[in-house]
Amino acid sequence: MSEFLLAWLTVLPSYAAPLLLAGLGLVLSERAGVLNLAPEGMMAVGAMTGALTVLGGHDPWTGVLAGVAAGTALSLGFGLAVVVFRAEQTLAGLATVALGLGITGVIGRAHVQKPFEGLARLSETGWGADLPRLIGQQTLLIPVALVLLVAVWWVLFRTAAGLRLRAVGEDPAAADVAGANVQAIQLAAVLGSGALCGLAGAYLSVASAHVWVEGMVAGRGWVVVALVIFARWRPAGVLWGALLFGGTEALTLRLQAVGVDFPVYLGAMLPYALTLVVLTIASLRRGASSGEPSALGFIYLRQDKH
Amino acid sequence: MTAGADAPTPVARPGPHEGTGRAPALLLRGIDKAFDGKPALTDAGFRLEWGEVHALVGENGAGKSTIMNIAAAVYAADAGEVVVDGRDVPLKNPADAIAAGIGMVHQHFRLVGRFSVAENVALSLGGAGRKCSVAEAARLVREKAAEIGFRLDPAARIETLSVAEQQRAEILKVLLLGAGILVLDEPTAVLTEDEAQALLSLVKGLAGQGHAVVLITHKLREVAGYCDRITVMRQGRTVLAEAPIASVTMEEVARHAVGETSPAPVRSAAESAGAEVLALKGLSIARAGGGLAVDGLSLSLRAGEILGIAGVGGNGQSELVACLNGLLSVAGGHLDINGVDMTRASIAARRAAGLRVIPADRFDSAMARGLTLAENLAMTEVPTGAYGGAFRLRRGAMRKAAEQAIADREIRGGGPATQAALLSGGNAQKLLLARELAGGARVIVAHSPSRGLDMRAARAVHVALVEAVAQGAACLLVSEELEEVIALSHRITVMNRGALSAPLNAAEATPARLGELMVGHA
Ligand SMILES: Nc1ncnc2c1ncn2[C@@H]1O[C@H](COP(=O)(O)OP(=O)(O)O)[C@@H](O)[C@H]1O
Ligand SMILES: [Mg+2]
Repeated sequence: MSEFLLAWLTVLPSYAAPLLLAGLGLVLSERAGVLNLAPEGMMAVGAMTGALTVLGGHDPWTGVLAGVAAGTALSLGFGLAVVVFRAEQTLAGLATVALGLGITGVIGRAHVQKPFEGLARLSETGWGADLPRLIGQQTLLIPVALVLLVAVWWVLFRTAAGLRLRAVGEDPAAADVAGANVQAIQLAAVLGSGALCGLAGAYLSVASAHVWVEGMVAGRGWVVVALVIFARWRPAGVLWGALLFGGTEALTLRLQAVGVDFPVYLGAMLPYALTLVVLTIASLRRGASSGEPSALGFIYLRQDKH
Repeated sequence: MTAGADAPTPVARPGPHEGTGRAPALLLRGIDKAFDGKPALTDAGFRLEWGEVHALVGENGAGKSTIMNIAAAVYAADAGEVVVDGRDVPLKNPADAIAAGIGMVHQHFRLVGRFSVAENVALSLGGAGRKCSVAEAARLVREKAAEIGFRLDPAARIETLSVAEQQRAEILKVLLLGAGILVLDEPTAVLTEDEAQALLSLVKGLAGQGHAVVLITHKLREVAGYCDRITVMRQGRTVLAEAPIASVTMEEVARHAVGETSPAPVRSAAESAGAEVLALKGLSIARAGGGLAVDGLSLSLRAGEILGIAGVGGNGQSELVACLNGLLSVAGGHLDINGVDMTRASIAARRAAGLRVIPADRFDSAMARGLTLAENLAMTEVPTGAYGGAFRLRRGAMRKAAEQAIADREIRGGGPATQAALLSGGNAQKLLLARELAGGARVIVAHSPSRGLDMRAARAVHVALVEAVAQGAACLLVSEELEEVIALSHRITVMNRGALSAPLNAAEATPARLGELMVGHA
């Protein structure tokens, strides 16, 4: 039993980390009032670009950075559409997902199922040889993700820039009167979310699977959208949500691995069933304080000066 | 005083402002301003001295907010000059006005509801280029609050505060931004009497320290004791400028504000009122934010008459109309229609009894933008089965009825299949009247029925109401437009703080008399 528990806890971080990273990205964008439904597409682009970079002969860290860049680039398109051209945010988000999946389908087709040498585990690096298994099995991206968690919290709640970003998401008109550049802040927040989603995608391919397969994000982007609601748009909540959702996914896979008779499809369904439950609960307590930014999805246009 | 670098700092100077030789705090001259070609200000002017509280008075739509928004650089003037403290500064953005030391507290506060007072202050100071942490902002708020003598918890979230406290937060914010010139737009409108007194003493104290304060208000009587001078505007012009408060009477001010022109009445001759069709007995309605919006209101409306309810908006009119419509429940008292108690009756039952409501915002609770004219017209009759049963709608009949109504009411701008949203305001209102005044209307409640309409459309609305009443219906006309109320009503009462004055007959109801009742005099 304790062997099972240890095995589960050992794989848990690699299931939780992509959700954590992309969730933090969404918190950034949605705290600035931009509804971001695009993580599925941004993660796919990040995952594929990371994998192709490594397959092209570069080292895994370069692959990770390439994934970040790809996610950022896709989010630039989304950001321009919603912030500058004021496209409807739901539609623009869905279109971005389709675009991201389409791009990865076309470019990545020739490179599917080619394994590569991914990011090293800590135990495989020179100085991590005698770490306990629970830690040694992780890549350096796990502590990086935790640092990013603290960084996002710090920026949002302890800096003037974060105050302004949250003001834009709560009441863009008031923020505007207070001298904040609403559009620049929203665009920056969207780019930040693209970078973090790209990193989450690169994690899946370069740190975790060491291969690129089409559809490898497999709905995690949608889970993230729900997770952020569960987290009430708080970084710490994203961590708990990532552990819960990632833990469930890891658990079903561990159970199958040890041969527990467990319908495969039921197991694969569990994270999504959990998502539905979370969304229902979130909507039930919406009245109290869901934490939803008041101007989320709202397109602000300064009243024309007459 | 933590004023910005260029902001004129008020000098501590007690007493009146005359004869100090200092340039006026704010001088607006020859200001013209039109919105979409419609003039809102014509050669308007305003002069404010340091150390005074200056009341800016006038009816709704007189241009008070507009001229001060020009001073605060929210709007750009079409013509005229703005001089701040003797300097001709270019005011292009609200930020320029803030830098020049002008702080405006708008009717709708510009505060982030989820943020604390200190966070809001930090946000604004940061926006004005003064780096400031939330902790520092909290300290500034505490110091300033103590200095001007009121209590405000810097850590309290705005949305948990009362309106009066939010107003204090807004004033503090503006002062911390370095405002020497303070413009308060209808600040007492949202306050209780005690809160208003507290605010006015505060404002007086600020003027004593050398600030210059503009108080925009409808309710002159409330502020009279706290002001040094008064300026009155009417229809975009300054009609009485910088009169020392002691030198004018309330009556004079009311006359200046309202004017003496009253148009030829459209009123129907039949003043012999019939049976009582609507009776309100001690009706009370709760206000959304707590307290009572309407407090123990009674009235009696008879068939064949128009009873006008005049008054400044926000005194409970919207709640009264929504309650009659059945959209707000009653906190106390009774509502009878045709002698039957309908206090808790459903909207359908009220309609069946002949109640028809023309709300102030037709697309809010009367019509659907996205539906066609024919659908909007048929909407109220479909549930009664007039256009077919549950499984089949007689669209042909709907179209015919719509064609008829369009011809009868001279609705222009579309046919039965046109979307209602595409109609101009006047035609949309005619469409609504066509529906509500058709057959069975016995009690018509019309709230600002000609708001936003041009003269012709307004006249058409008035004629339609008068005709309906001539045919035996009764009309309760709730309007902020004094001329409309005077022109149409047989009896007139004024709504003030959720209560009605004793009704006046049409002959007694002069603009001056009603103006006095509206500002709370008598
Ligand atoms: N932003 C705007 N767009 C169009 N018309 C406006 C705007 N603001 C004010 N007006 C019009 O200008 C006139 C003066 O309005 P306002 O200054 O708000 O009056 P007051 O504050 O004295 O009640 C009114 O006729 C009003 O309808
Ligand atoms: Mg106004």
